[in-house]
Amino acid sequence: MTFDWNWEFAFEILPRLLRATINTLIAAGVGYGIAMILGLVFALALRSSGRLPRTLLREVLEFIRSTPLVVQIFFIFYVGPQVGITLSPWVAGMIAIGLHYSAYLAEVYRAGIEAVPRGQWESCRALNLTTRDSYVRIILPQALPHAVPGMGNYLVGILKDTPMLSVIGVTELMQAANSIGSETYRFLEPYTLVGLIFLALSLPTAGLVRLGERRLRRKLGL
Amino acid sequence: MWEFLQTYGPRLLDGALVTCAQFILAALVACVAALAAGLGRLSSLWPVRSLSVVYIELFRGTSLLVQLYWIFFVLPLFGISLPKFEAGFLSVGLNVGAYGAEIVRGAIQAVPRGQWEAGYALSMSPAKRMRRIILPQALVLMLPPWGNLMIELLKGTALVALIAVPDLMFVAKQINGATFRSAEAFGAALLVYYLLARVLITPAMRGLERAMARRLGRA
Amino acid sequence: MDLSAYPLELPESDRPMVRFMNVTKSYGSLVVLDSLNLDIQQGEMVSVIGPSGSGKTTVLRMLMTLETINDGVIYVDGKPLTHMVRNGRLVPADEAHLRRMRASIGMCFQHFNLFPHMTALQNCMEGPVQVLGLPKAEARARAEELLAMVGMIDKKDQHPSRLSGGQQQRVAIARALAMRPRIMLFDEVTSALDPEVIGEVTQVIRKLVAEHDLTMLMVTHQMGFARDISDRICFFYKGRIEEQAAPEQFFTNPQRERTQQFLRAVKDAD
Repeated sequence: MTFDWNWEFAFEILPRLLRATINTLIAAGVGYGIAMILGLVFALALRSSGRLPRTLLREVLEFIRSTPLVVQIFFIFYVGPQVGITLSPWVAGMIAIGLHYSAYLAEVYRAGIEAVPRGQWESCRALNLTTRDSYVRIILPQALPHAVPGMGNYLVGILKDTPMLSVIGVTELMQAANSIGSETYRFLEPYTLVGLIFLALSLPTAGLVRLGERRLRRKLGL
Repeated sequence: MWEFLQTYGPRLLDGALVTCAQFILAALVACVAALAAGLGRLSSLWPVRSLSVVYIELFRGTSLLVQLYWIFFVLPLFGISLPKFEAGFLSVGLNVGAYGAEIVRGAIQAVPRGQWEAGYALSMSPAKRMRRIILPQALVLMLPPWGNLMIELLKGTALVALIAVPDLMFVAKQINGATFRSAEAFGAALLVYYLLARVLITPAMRGLERAMARRLGRA
Repeated sequence: MDLSAYPLELPESDRPMVRFMNVTKSYGSLVVLDSLNLDIQQGEMVSVIGPSGSGKTTVLRMLMTLETINDGVIYVDGKPLTHMVRNGRLVPADEAHLRRMRASIGMCFQHFNLFPHMTALQNCMEGPVQVLGLPKAEARARAEELLAMVGMIDKKDQHPSRLSGGQQQRVAIARALAMRPRIMLFDEVTSALDPEVIGEVTQVIRKLVAEHDLTMLMVTHQMGFARDISDRICFFYKGRIEEQAAPEQFFTNPQRERTQQFLRAVKDAD
């Protein structure tokens, strides 16, 4: 076994990888922000509007969920110029990853909203709250604790999917490791370090999500 | 679009067949790994238990792409050189297997306590009790989440293109590079993935669920 | 359905607080209410009783506009509730009309349906602040007054999960009253309660009857309570009013065979 781990080299490339980690976190954060908002829009649209648009939207979301994110990233990045819109790798990547995860979050929100008992809607009706107030003040706050575990899973998921952005040249962690590899012909240290950095990010995130869930339930008096 | 398909259809089809092969082989790896690690996590022997935990956390805590590159580029440094095709389905299978292990564990733990005690009361050996009493019931519980996982597995196979396995995604990328007809190339690939998921995998899993439920006399 | 036979508004001389006119409700082929005609006068307390599945809860839910109706018209204070006037004709009500009309109706539910993420006080302030647009201070004063009335002022900062069923139901009554409705609907408000706390809820309702000029409609299984406080008892059977009378008359001298059977069965159960 030719195990030739080079500590010196590892320490040399670590700062570069850590700088790229910041980009990974930004990509995950921005992508998740887009996904959270867009997902809510989709979830609410799935509950309102007519039957035909609803069926159509459900099928579109199913399509987004069941096709590979990496192909979607390529599609959005390369199709833009074909129709005259040039998107930078970052913009295309954020749209792709945000859209992809919004389809999952829409499902999480929908399940959360449906978990709120019917009686709560009836109380809103009896107190004459508007539909908007019913959602904002009564239903969504109660749906949130149901949605948080799923939302947390997808937060970790989006973090782990950011390496796919390297395929269109977004300068995140994987991309940095790839460049180091092609510059030095050493793959052991960069790829191993990337793996360790992901472990160091995703394990605590999963723990924080569980903690946040308990806090939220207590705060809402549930 | 029609002449695009006439020209590139056969190549896309070749790619789709490679994707199907990767899917089937990765699914097999995932099943074996999930069952082994899922049972291992519940083992009473601590080395087995901790080995399973390490596998599960390692593969769930990092990205599939990182795992793929590591297995393809780094493992050879340890003297284990895998051809790209094998490295591809092995990575995807091991990654999905780690998620599957949690499903297996959850399903086994969800089998009511009384069933374990009944097996004990018949003085079955632990292995026999697991095989004859617990697993068949757990299988019914794990199938629905397993169906979702198989879609994730299909999506995961697209990454093997990045180590130059000539699958559907790889072919789409090549056509895009040669023709710049990106909408058609990637659009066709997306559509094929969607059809595979929606027309083949999902109905097959549903059918399996129904068949299993019938075997347990629940349908 | 032909609406031309129904008046756009009830005349001054014949204007009950609530009027059901030929109201029919069905789910598919199952007829829950069959051409119901029922008047409730201003200030009247009417108890609705009957076996389960007789359609009695549906009467309340239609009045709260939680259910749509298939035929007929409901009038509240002379104006159509389920319909509105457009171009001199009755048409099905839109959401704006329903919101206007609902403002005069309050309801308490079998399972309380308090908002779990709000304290008792916040529950009682939610409607006045969000719907009536009351300033917070005024809504708080109103809510505290009502919570005191139902004997829950000590617990005003508790979340519903910390309250017993009886306590939750009293808060729910205060919450409904905070909207200053003219009509109150009580849908089996004691059915989900443990026997020992039923009294604290019925006590509050007794107080309402004695001290307020509300029009009330109550679905209940408690015959003694209904007899004590109602002006009229309506007995529902299979989607129709089988018999209605003043309590004394109804319980001592029921006219119909079905009513006698029902009262005997209830008595045996006690």
